[in-house]
Amino acid sequence: MSNEILRLEAVSKAFGGIRAVNDVSFDLRQGEIVGLIGPNGAGKTTLVNLITGVHRPSSGKVIFQGDDVTRQKPYMAARSGLARTFQIVQPFPEMSVLDNVAAGALFGGDPEGLTEAREHAREHLAFVGLDKIADQPASALTLPNRKRLELAKSLAMSPKVLMLDEVNAGLNTGEIDAALDLIRAISDRGITILIIEHLMKVVMTVSQRLLVLHHGALIADGEPTAVVNDERVVEAYLGEKFAKRLKEAGHA
Amino acid sequence: MMSRLGLALFALWIVVLATTPFYADNSIVRTAIMLAMYSVLAFSWNFIGGFTGYPSFSTAAFFGLGSYAGAIAQTHGVPMGFAWVIATVFVAAFAAGLGMILLRLRGHYFAIGSIGVVEVCRLVVSSWSGVTGGGNGLNVPLLMWAPDTVGAFFLWVMLGLMVIAFALTAFVDNHRLGFGLKCIRQNEDAADMVGVNTTFYKVSAYILSAFLCGTAGAVYASWIGYIDPTDSFQILLTVKVPVMALLGGAGTVLGPAVGTAAFVVMEEFVWANFLNWNRAILGIIIVVLIFFLPGGLLKISYRRMINRLKGRESAGAPV
Repeated sequence: MSNEILRLEAVSKAFGGIRAVNDVSFDLRQGEIVGLIGPNGAGKTTLVNLITGVHRPSSGKVIFQGDDVTRQKPYMAARSGLARTFQIVQPFPEMSVLDNVAAGALFGGDPEGLTEAREHAREHLAFVGLDKIADQPASALTLPNRKRLELAKSLAMSPKVLMLDEVNAGLNTGEIDAALDLIRAISDRGITILIIEHLMKVVMTVSQRLLVLHHGALIADGEPTAVVNDERVVEAYLGEKFAKRLKEAGHA
Repeated sequence: MMSRLGLALFALWIVVLATTPFYADNSIVRTAIMLAMYSVLAFSWNFIGGFTGYPSFSTAAFFGLGSYAGAIAQTHGVPMGFAWVIATVFVAAFAAGLGMILLRLRGHYFAIGSIGVVEVCRLVVSSWSGVTGGGNGLNVPLLMWAPDTVGAFFLWVMLGLMVIAFALTAFVDNHRLGFGLKCIRQNEDAADMVGVNTTFYKVSAYILSAFLCGTAGAVYASWIGYIDPTDSFQILLTVKVPVMALLGGAGTVLGPAVGTAAFVVMEEFVWANFLNWNRAILGIIIVVLIFFLPGGLLKISYRRMINRLKGRESAGAPV
């Protein structure tokens, strides 16, 4: 594990008496795409919040590029290269699409002027395919385009690790395929991706490794095909039917 | 961003106000001073209330503390100009300390907290009679010049402050700070996530919204010559100033000046004739503002309005 970029060591988070995340340890290696799955309420989003400093872990450590970043604030995480998208998209609604992305470049990326930030923003918009509507207000965008805007905004922050919290939720099949191409293109740039997802098809096609969270605890970590055949994962999340179908489809 | 036309009109407005001592009587000069002063307060409020979107009602606290800091310094023999500087620094420091506590609150909670500050300041000042003279107020040494000269002097000082407040606004609007503040106004969590140090930015905006109010308060005290707690920490002032900024257009560069001009002119020439109805009219303006002019006077699409009027005429004409 020489090229490890992010490591969680026995991270736990309790809200009152509820242990939302319980003793979770794993690491991400430079450039890989890792899927994070689990039932609703398993603590997936909380885990992302712990990594990006929105919540502070009750115990445990978050190590990013060799530094202990457990106590960082969200803006510090953003500047250091830990970017994320939200499950519910979070644009700056009255700003133009261009300025939304420029905000990412200006504050999260390298320090530079506003004009330069807008230039960078144009490149990122072209990359995600929003360059033609750069001057529209963000509130006018359709849902798939808002998701793309979130991606462009995160990319503008020149991230090292990108956490995608259900970027495909609410998209139709065609839109999902387009989104997957985009995720692969981002990965080709050497950015490590942690993708939280409910759609098994998406997770299975794109991830090189799979993490499974259940009741706040990590119950599996490994090869996607091995993980979906793991008895505990089947019981907790997938259900018997799915496992059978998967076997019939020849995955196992 | 503002247009060249807007900038030219603003410059013209400054000239019109600055020359009042040469062609108008004392009451007009007095109105001009109040106009300049309210403009300073409205420009200041715009940093926190307009750009950042935090509904602050602490203007009167900053103004009152500034007038007391300046007046106390002056009564202890500090020269007038230096006393103004002391007041400015004092109020900036006060806002920095207070901001770090108060800006943890959001929305309505922040509004209530900020209005509470005005009351607390008023109570402290009126109880601490050893330093502030308590309810008896404080007499500030008056300038021993001819009354007309004094009026012109304070007018130009206030206008100077107004130009500084405007220049700061224009600078912040085009700068990283202004951009970050607008991000915070639209979505604070998202701003945090793209790397805006929201606490630092909000406190900066709060200080920007305070320090010139302190200066204006101190200048006001020197001009009027007498201050007391109820006059210096008026809840009415703290409500009026945001209304002025909103009337012009919160978060715009020229909005505060436009709103203040519209408000003060209406107040002086219309409400003055309806003394008993003064506050009721203020209330009505607030209601109208919220329902019909949420973006302020500068955000109205005048072209569309003219087109609509034209359309109505032509539609009505043939019948």
